[in-house]
Amino acid sequence: MLSLFRKFKDGLAKTVAVITQKTHALFGGRKIDAASLDELEEALYTADFGVATTTEILEEIKRAHQQDRELRGQDAAAIGAAVLRRVLAGSEGRFEGAPRSRDESANPEVICLIGVNGSGKTTTAAKLAWMLKEDGRSVTVAACDTFRAAAIEQLRTWTERLGLELVASQMGADAAAVAFDAWQAAKARGRDYVIIDTAGRLHTKSNLMEELAKIRRVLQKHDPAAPQHSWLVIDGSLGSNSIEQARVFHKSFGLTGLVVTKLDGTSRGGAIVGIWRELKLPIYFVGLGEQAEDLQRFSVDNYVKAVFGLEG
Amino acid sequence: MFESLTERLGQALRNLRGVGKLTEENMAETLKEVRTALLSADVHFKVAREFVERVQTQAVGQDVLKSVTPGQQIVKIIHDELVKLLGEGATELTAKRPLKVLLVGLHGSGKTTSTAKLGRLLKKRGYKPFLVGCDVQRPAAIDQLEILARQEELGFYADRVSKDVPAIGAAALKIALEQGADAVLFDTAGRLQIDHDLIEEVRRLSARIVPDEVFLVADGALGQEAVNVAKAFHEALALTGLVLTKLDGDARGGAALSIKAITGVPIKFIGIGEKSADFDTFYPDRLASRILGMGDVVSLVERAQETIDQDQAEKMAEKFRKADFNLEDFLAQLQQVKKLGSMESILGMMPGMSGVKIDDGAEKQMGRTEAIIKSMTLQERRNPSLLNGTRRMRIANGAGVKVVDVNQLLKQFQQMQKMMRMMKGNGTKKLMRQMEAMRGKGGFPGM
Repeated sequence: MLSLFRKFKDGLAKTVAVITQKTHALFGGRKIDAASLDELEEALYTADFGVATTTEILEEIKRAHQQDRELRGQDAAAIGAAVLRRVLAGSEGRFEGAPRSRDESANPEVICLIGVNGSGKTTTAAKLAWMLKEDGRSVTVAACDTFRAAAIEQLRTWTERLGLELVASQMGADAAAVAFDAWQAAKARGRDYVIIDTAGRLHTKSNLMEELAKIRRVLQKHDPAAPQHSWLVIDGSLGSNSIEQARVFHKSFGLTGLVVTKLDGTSRGGAIVGIWRELKLPIYFVGLGEQAEDLQRFSVDNYVKAVFGLEG
Repeated sequence: MFESLTERLGQALRNLRGVGKLTEENMAETLKEVRTALLSADVHFKVAREFVERVQTQAVGQDVLKSVTPGQQIVKIIHDELVKLLGEGATELTAKRPLKVLLVGLHGSGKTTSTAKLGRLLKKRGYKPFLVGCDVQRPAAIDQLEILARQEELGFYADRVSKDVPAIGAAALKIALEQGADAVLFDTAGRLQIDHDLIEEVRRLSARIVPDEVFLVADGALGQEAVNVAKAFHEALALTGLVLTKLDGDARGGAALSIKAITGVPIKFIGIGEKSADFDTFYPDRLASRILGMGDVVSLVERAQETIDQDQAEKMAEKFRKADFNLEDFLAQLQQVKKLGSMESILGMMPGMSGVKIDDGAEKQMGRTEAIIKSMTLQERRNPSLLNGTRRMRIANGAGVKVVDVNQLLKQFQQMQKMMRMMKGNGTKKLMRQMEAMRGKGGFPGM
């Protein structure tokens, strides 16, 4: 757990640096005044928390400040952290870690990764497969992005590098057919998981959303319970549109959770707070870098601490 | 979720009714709402603040014009200021030949796709473009560019062994010029603006090839971080333009305003779709309307063109003209509309409608109508006058609705027919003129 926190903090280190730099005086021992409240507002907005969450945190700090004019920066940070923890309560996705003993006839569990273009689905598919493999599970990866040029090659390079099993067809093939075959192969070989990498699609394209529905329909011919997990991969550097993306994907495909990528930059990924507020979709993993091991379980505590520059 | 600015302003503007002059006092609440609207569209905090101050300076002291409401006047000021801010500076490409373009950006922003799209556009403008794959980081990025180059029949070079990006760039440039290319486009790896090593790498590449244009490729949905990203890339590489991608989604694109305001780098191109042709020069007024949530009539028209079957649309227009429009046609049209996307997303593109919440009701209603028509025989669809009581009962049972619902639909349909007969005269022309006028104006919403 400690090492995990370290990684999380390393990943968000620049974030912490930026936010503490900006708000060093703010979250330090100095007394809060109008100017620092202003700075605090800026810090919260620039973290993409959006209007609702920012207002909520600010109001609470202002209220505390009215009651106690001696309120200091660190107290404000603690209040902010408490509000954020409260807002995010229950948002940690639980994905069982223990290797399961399964009988031969059991169906593989299907994880479907969907999202807009460039959100990091292919990379996440590879990282996730590697993580499960490291955990002692057997995984089949299905290259269902048959649309983007060289998406299959990208996934193939990853799987070869990490020694993972891949089921792929060629560019332009029917994505649902690849998913169907991958499931069948995984079942025949007794695999625990099938990870499905899908093509990026903007949530506003209804015909592409229809293709996703087809993948689901086809999988359900094998197993009515599939896909057990439908995770939306969200780019952590995006702003409020992430909420719109999540809303539409959830409505048309029925999501079970989120994976937030690219949190190793200076973005705070505050939009996930908005998504959680509205859709209550748990966040399973966060992407903190380009290496296979840079996929970490999401922890509210670590996230909040990193955002407010608090020590573990 | 996204309320239009107009709607946001609704409450605040009530206080402005009947004022003769805009003052700091009577505009305070309105301006606060403007700020919130900008922040919700992902405009950077500081940019939003400065922008509101600009609007305030513009507006204070102005007499309220007789012909418009104070609200319309303020929205107009805001819109004009936005257009001014977004559109300042050159947006045309440098006229140099050979033209060297370097494309940089974060991961997944759309550099490779944009490189190919830009290549296609330049080819159409008479250049001989040549694409260079300098992304040695992402697996198969080079393959992706090569496939796209082949599709568009553009020159291509990459080195799959070397990791020395500046050297690859220099070698590629030489080869491109030898082959007679006069537009050389360099696709680079996605990198974080704080990744010193990779920023250094692209700086050295830039020093070797000396590009005429350096484009930052940025996702149109980028959040507040856009400013830091653009600033860092600008400092390292002296950007000359911005390519804004994925604008075929419904992101407000406020990040573009932030980038323009803070770095002064003009927006040159926008990516608006999956296909290579979906790449366009940038229009400040379209983006201004979008940021403000004033709807995007142009996008709606484009989406309609994208999805609606042209032949069928013409046939339908013919039927309209002749006022011979039966339930079968009605069903076909219903299905076309459904293809456009959800009612909410269609409405979102209409001026002044982007905040309108559609509950499932409207969509369900459409589904129900479809079911009713589908429960009719072909003969009944073509000749609704056949529908007597027993037939209506049968249809209601088939569609799982009540007879009243069937009756209601038929009544609506009759009204439609009546209207069409009315239009058959010279009414059509008037209607067409109205539609033309709407399109021409670029849709400035009435409040």
